[in-house]
Amino acid sequence: MPRAKVQRKSTSIDMTAMCDVSFLLLTFFILTATARQPDPLEIKIPSSTYKIPVPDVDIAKLTIGHGQVYYEVAGQDVKAATLDKMAAEYKLTFTPEQRKRFSVLPSFGVPIQNLGAWLDLTNEKRKTSGYETGIPADSTDNQLAQWIMQSRHAVAELHSTPMRVSIKGDADEEYPVVKKIVDILQKQKINKFSLITSAEGGAK
Amino acid sequence: MAELDTSGGGKKGGGKVRTKKANTKVDLTAMVDLAFLLITFFMLTTSLSKPIAMDIAKPDKDEKNEQRLELRASQTMTILLGKNDKVAWYMGEAGKSQPNIENFSQIRASIMKNKKDVLAKSGKSIVVVIKPTSASKYKNFVDIMDELNIAQIKSAPAIDDEYILDSEKDFMRQQGIL
Repeated sequence: MPRAKVQRKSTSIDMTAMCDVSFLLLTFFILTATARQPDPLEIKIPSSTYKIPVPDVDIAKLTIGHGQVYYEVAGQDVKAATLDKMAAEYKLTFTPEQRKRFSVLPSFGVPIQNLGAWLDLTNEKRKTSGYETGIPADSTDNQLAQWIMQSRHAVAELHSTPMRVSIKGDADEEYPVVKKIVDILQKQKINKFSLITSAEGGAK
Repeated sequence: MAELDTSGGGKKGGGKVRTKKANTKVDLTAMVDLAFLLITFFMLTTSLSKPIAMDIAKPDKDEKNEQRLELRASQTMTILLGKNDKVAWYMGEAGKSQPNIENFSQIRASIMKNKKDVLAKSGKSIVVVIKPTSASKYKNFVDIMDELNIAQIKSAPAIDDEYILDSEKDFMRQQGIL
């Protein structure tokens, strides 16, 4: 009696579905990832051994470098609300177009009087417009304090959480410049802030 | 690569010669490999690019009632930040002991040593007062906070950039670091 032959199964697996799944994941990741916005102010941040990541909601970022201050508050809704409050404060009006544009921009350093004109420019022209002279933060015209104040109000109203403040300073910036900004924060009773640093090799 | 030849060989005997159908299956294994490689790459880079922060708390400034915290001289180390990445530190009260001038690579050992000494002498943990002067850079401030973190000084350091004493200033001027 001859033996029954065992049918040999093919060892190839159909990879089509696997391929579909993986590319679906890949596209999902690419689409959800937000590109890091380049900072308008060229700075080199100091390094530290701390390992606490910075949260990316309800946080304001003060970029200090070359004696200038740039400001950014996270979240499009907060940005727009802050602009509205600032407009009311300084008796200015911004068009819906400008408002929309402001809510997607990264940190800026334009005095509020020039902000409207600066927002009207195209993206390429904005960098070379010469409007970006840093936000005025001296005692006679303290717009920075107003920006911080109004964005704190905006965050409190929209998300009902306190706003955190982070400082991103240039490593070679003179300490008094940073101190001046910190004093503005302390005037508003903000005594806790995060200094953004880059990672170091850890304790040697 | 991933396929074994399972066809039963050619037909024996006569009959019509049929044209063999070309195999339309494409081997997608490499494609899947590539996709997963990309996914892992994206996952890793997104988590790595997050900036890190050190949290700083400064004493509350209240113009109306100035509450100065009294510190024991025996357990206080004051670090002054000066010019050219130099620091001056002394233990106890200002003017009573000669400050030491060091740079950032030496300060860690000093902090460690003082921490040990204070603990051995009084059984209390050291309190560090940081005084950044107007000649120091922001980087120095971050570095010194980092050193305290490395030295595992648990109590929050007092950051005092308002009240730099004249005796401290004079000494730093003499040494040329202010």
